[in-house]
Amino acid sequence: MSENKLLARLFLFGLIIAILALLLPGCGGSKSGRGRAGSETGRSDITDAALKTYVPPGDMDEYYLFYSGGHSGQIFVSGIPSMRHICTIPVFTPYPGTGYGFDDESKAMLGGYTWGDSHHPGFSETDGEYDGRWLFINDNAQGRIARIDLKDFKTKQILKIPHISANHGSSFVTPNSEYVTMATRMSVPFPEGTYADVTQYGEKYKGVVAGIKIDPKDGTMSVGWEVVMPPFNYDLGDAGKGVSDGWLFWTCYNSEREFIEGAKLEVTASQKDKDFVVMLNWREAEKAIAANNYTTIKGIKVIDPAKAPGVVFLVGLAKSPHGVDVSPSGQWIVGSGKLSPTTTVYNFEKVLTAIKNKDFEDTVDGIPVLKYESVREAEIPVGLGPLHTQFDDRGNAYTSLFVESAVAKWKLPPYDPGDVNDSKKMEKYVLEKIPVAYNIGHLVTAEGDSRSPDGNYLVALNKLSKGRHLSVGPSIPESAQLIDISGDKMKLLYDAFTEPEPHYAVIIKADKIKPFEVYKQGEWADKNAVWTPEETSIERKGGNKVDVKMTAVRSFFSPDVIRVNEGDVVTIHLTNIEQTRDELHGLAIDNYNINIVADPGETKSITFKADKPGVYAYYCTNFCSALHQEMQGYLLVKPKKG
Amino acid sequence: MRSIFFWITEKLEKQLNLKSRLMLLLAAICLVPSFFTPLWSLEFWSYQYPEGLNLYIYSHKLVGGNDGNDLKEINILNHYIGMAALEEEDFLELKWIPLAMGIFITLTLRAMIMGRIKAAIDVLMMFSYFGAFSLWSFWYKLHYYGHNLDPRASVKVDPFMPPVFGFEQVGQFKVWSYPGIASYFLALFSLLLVLAIIFSLDLKRKKSQS
Repeated sequence: MSENKLLARLFLFGLIIAILALLLPGCGGSKSGRGRAGSETGRSDITDAALKTYVPPGDMDEYYLFYSGGHSGQIFVSGIPSMRHICTIPVFTPYPGTGYGFDDESKAMLGGYTWGDSHHPGFSETDGEYDGRWLFINDNAQGRIARIDLKDFKTKQILKIPHISANHGSSFVTPNSEYVTMATRMSVPFPEGTYADVTQYGEKYKGVVAGIKIDPKDGTMSVGWEVVMPPFNYDLGDAGKGVSDGWLFWTCYNSEREFIEGAKLEVTASQKDKDFVVMLNWREAEKAIAANNYTTIKGIKVIDPAKAPGVVFLVGLAKSPHGVDVSPSGQWIVGSGKLSPTTTVYNFEKVLTAIKNKDFEDTVDGIPVLKYESVREAEIPVGLGPLHTQFDDRGNAYTSLFVESAVAKWKLPPYDPGDVNDSKKMEKYVLEKIPVAYNIGHLVTAEGDSRSPDGNYLVALNKLSKGRHLSVGPSIPESAQLIDISGDKMKLLYDAFTEPEPHYAVIIKADKIKPFEVYKQGEWADKNAVWTPEETSIERKGGNKVDVKMTAVRSFFSPDVIRVNEGDVVTIHLTNIEQTRDELHGLAIDNYNINIVADPGETKSITFKADKPGVYAYYCTNFCSALHQEMQGYLLVKPKKG
Repeated sequence: MRSIFFWITEKLEKQLNLKSRLMLLLAAICLVPSFFTPLWSLEFWSYQYPEGLNLYIYSHKLVGGNDGNDLKEINILNHYIGMAALEEEDFLELKWIPLAMGIFITLTLRAMIMGRIKAAIDVLMMFSYFGAFSLWSFWYKLHYYGHNLDPRASVKVDPFMPPVFGFEQVGQFKVWSYPGIASYFLALFSLLLVLAIIFSLDLKRKKSQS
């Protein structure tokens, strides 16, 4: 769009808004008066917000926003600044819209599970910058991690590994995509599958953190190593960069290391003033593996930190911590205790010095605990219920305040040395707060986990959204709010709503991702693909196995009649021989619960038992042409005799 | 009358001068792009194809835009109206046009070396016939495809003539049909031949003698 056109559009848009404001003074007031946060967007800001978020028809957004889908098991993709939902990527949950979880390959990948709890997406990185190749996401429910290829926005691998229970501290990626993390949130008896009563929690139960290796060429994930940890609950994490490159961080709660039946974990796990941040040197972990200083348990190389000194350290953090986030430079490690109104900034250079000087205050299960006062830079009085922190490019940090329903903007070090031990004096480093609607969980800034955040957009991922949208009954959707952080004052720009339930999200500049839209013939060779209707076949592979090689192209299937016998095991390999974008074809077989979708050039296979005799129509589910309705055929299942 | 024929014959026996020979060399070079660039190109545009569909006709191949896929797409669309698929094997032209180009290069170089005006005229005349025949052949092919529609096609349309040159609305498509780079070089080839002949005819001197 040319600059003149843009200006003309902006002017026209502004004019319309101005006229509307004049004509309907009551209307704007009553709408924005619906909630307290709504009234924060004063009338003058409405024009500003509209101009900053309006993406005219045909124009594209500046950033991709990848939301985790929570217990929907998916990823939602939106654009920034419009916040329009663009697509949903199914990861841990079948998704009939794309046939995911129905065809043989994706079904096998799901491993029999029908859901997952996706929490923290993480981009692959090169030199600490998002490289737009892959997106990793954890499953908090089944101890899994998945990789999405951003060339075609499809889930390519789901890795399930032993010993990890409820993989929450995941998927945090190291600056050159050497590793992506996994971690046990809810400790269970170790090794996996061991039976031990909860009365033996403190001794028999263990947490595990893991480094998952990423193949630099194709992104394939495999287990690098696991470290068996005390029975805490490992919560969130981040990967070090810059001065802290080579390190991984996790928070943990329940350092009381007990689970007392009926005593409520929320009480028993809140007794000590401090829990911990785990600091793990993954290069030392690699050295321990190279030195054979590990035990192989269920095929996994497991490191005992008591026997491998230098791999793991702990440092105290205000109790029940949630997020631990590494600043763009890597020097400042920011941890927040949910129950404390402060956020702690550790100086990683001091961490390295403390390790060198063995400046420890305690040891837990053979793991040294660094002296808190030696490594802490300052505590920032950000507000109530601090959870997660993100960064801009101007030395500011943004912390979500769950209890206050706000985002606090504060200054990263350096601080005046006279201020750091005085919480009153530290207040001046908290620059500003903006209320959100409501109960913010995670927050994310544009390229906020990279070495160079963009410092323009922040998305507040809120846990509640009551009263912010047309009512849809009691299953109220989640909300996300787009906030402009480019100026001195944060400005609320937009309310967006999603299905349940995003936790973390990540934002990447749109031009870093260059997907293809067609699987080119010749480049993608499925061994069961056929590329012309003439080559299709129905072949009986001895006994009761029937193999069908089928093509779909506008607007017919070949073959359009499949004859099998009751009890046959039928595999249909469907190749969409189109090479035109958006010419997708689906194959649904009525009453057989079969629904697969093949994108242009893609081959999908589905195996099923023809156990219902009779005649069943099949048809194309994905509207493809003016004669789409005619794209159908018949599956004839001949009854058994007698 | 007789004297004119004698005069013509006499002129045609003349040698080509250096300038004309150089032009013949250039002319021969002008035929080379026909092996690498399209002779003709058609663009189809409609709302559902925002980037348009492109078809490039080379001397030896048919190429669709978008890595060849546009040709496949054109065939898929045409099957609804019962038009035969455009397949390279059905175009004999793609065999004889490159052969003809090779022959014309050889003949042009031969004329340059032998250096008789009549040899250059032979080339010009044969090439004119070749050009006219090729255009007719192109027109005929388009006419054939537009008029031999399968009577059992899903969508019945009246036989039509796709545009040979210029713009035409065909159904939902806006179609542009224009010569490609190679054709402009072919035109240049003819022009160079004509100029080479004129420059060596030495018309001025003839006037002063008479």
